[in-house]
Amino acid sequence: MTIHFVLHDTKDTVAVVVVEGVKAGMELSGWIMDEDKMTNVVAKSDIPIGHKVALKDMAVGDTVWKYGIDMGKVVAPIKAGEHAHVQNIKTKRW
Amino acid sequence: MAVISKDTTFLGYRRENGRVGVRNHVVILPLDDLSNAAAEAVAHNIKGTLAIPHPYGRLQFGADLDLHFRTLIGAGCNPNVAAVVVIGIEDGWTKKVVDGIAATGKPVAGFGIEGHGDHDTILRASKVAREYSQWASEKQREVCGISELWVSTKCGESDTTSGCGANPTVGNAFDKLHPLGNYLCFGETSEITGGEKIVAARCANDAVRERFMFMFNRYQDMINRHKTSDLSDSQPTKGNIAGGLTTIEEKALGNIQKIGKVCKVDGVLDKAEIPTGPGLWFMDSSSAAAEMVTLCAASGYAVHFFPTGQGNVIGNPILPVIKICANPRTVRLMSEHVDVDTSGLLQREITLDQAGDKLLECMLRTANGRLTAAEALGHREFVMTRLYESA
Repeated sequence: MTIHFVLHDTKDTVAVVVVEGVKAGMELSGWIMDEDKMTNVVAKSDIPIGHKVALKDMAVGDTVWKYGIDMGKVVAPIKAGEHAHVQNIKTKRW
Repeated sequence: MAVISKDTTFLGYRRENGRVGVRNHVVILPLDDLSNAAAEAVAHNIKGTLAIPHPYGRLQFGADLDLHFRTLIGAGCNPNVAAVVVIGIEDGWTKKVVDGIAATGKPVAGFGIEGHGDHDTILRASKVAREYSQWASEKQREVCGISELWVSTKCGESDTTSGCGANPTVGNAFDKLHPLGNYLCFGETSEITGGEKIVAARCANDAVRERFMFMFNRYQDMINRHKTSDLSDSQPTKGNIAGGLTTIEEKALGNIQKIGKVCKVDGVLDKAEIPTGPGLWFMDSSSAAAEMVTLCAASGYAVHFFPTGQGNVIGNPILPVIKICANPRTVRLMSEHVDVDTSGLLQREITLDQAGDKLLECMLRTANGRLTAAEALGHREFVMTRLYESA
């Protein structure tokens, strides 16, 4: 079975797309690496390989979790399945 | 069966001071920018020699000058180097580099250009370089213990697959090398931003932790002093962002996968400082690939692990750079740059333990003499770190 995305920790709110050609509407299978479990989400955007898919709805100001750790803040609303990147997430540093 | 154990050996070059190298370079080392032309002319004349041109060395002062000398002397002292010819515009600083390298016991000679001109300097230096090249060509590899191999790491043009695949592969290899007593090194001070507490928690004791946080905070202060934005496009780089990395915190959390899950941070080095004992060392350093890898070469490391996501093509003239990639697209489009393909990790086709072993196998083959992709492609990026303006 193809793994479309991977995440590190069950707490993570974003995951990494690891295949090319993810299009909006596709049902995506994901692997939670630290627990060796599977999960899934429906893509709402086209997402390039290496880019992130949101796993839950997030509001402006929310912390984004990856590796089970704070990786920045939401600066524009994100829906589960959408492309999560610089257009809706920014650093909390610098 | 595990790829390495305490009894694992490789074939290396044992130098006069006991250190073990995996390459046998005769280096023509310019002291300064003005001496590049003569150094390159000598390397052109004498086969089996290698010039390492660079753009600095004039009117530097204070800590920046100290780092310049530490980098040049360290590069010359590196056990991958059999012998060195130093060429400088004048004799004084040339001698300082020669004396620093001579402490290892390896053959080294220096030549000043002033009062002679390029022609005479090239003639005199070529005569010595010819002797060194023939002398070095008779050096034989001998059986060396695995723990005699010094291994450094730094990643570049990272993307999200670096943190999921290529960097944990290095971490797994480091976790296997650390108990054997290898000298290991990581750095990239700004690129730990967001993961500094994780690294601090991995420090072996309070003294190491305090020194690590001192280096980390010093770098943050420098960035805050000079920044004009949130550093987006610089750190993370435009290439990182194109690859899907969004924030420095995300990049840092991926970056520190390289130090594995168990090995402790045993000590902290300043830039181009030589470690005093085995274990994992954090070196305060730039996150720019060629700068950091050059500092590792100057600190005496003999093999380098370089994970990449989007496909950084870096090499180094004296430190073999092994590329590890887990991004299947990069592996497909840039295969000539990839030494170890660990893209199978992301499809659960191989385990992290198998990926780490695959890297260690490549490390041993590289140590035994196999050219890395970067060596075969002629990548020889030697980039000195500067701390501030010249006088």
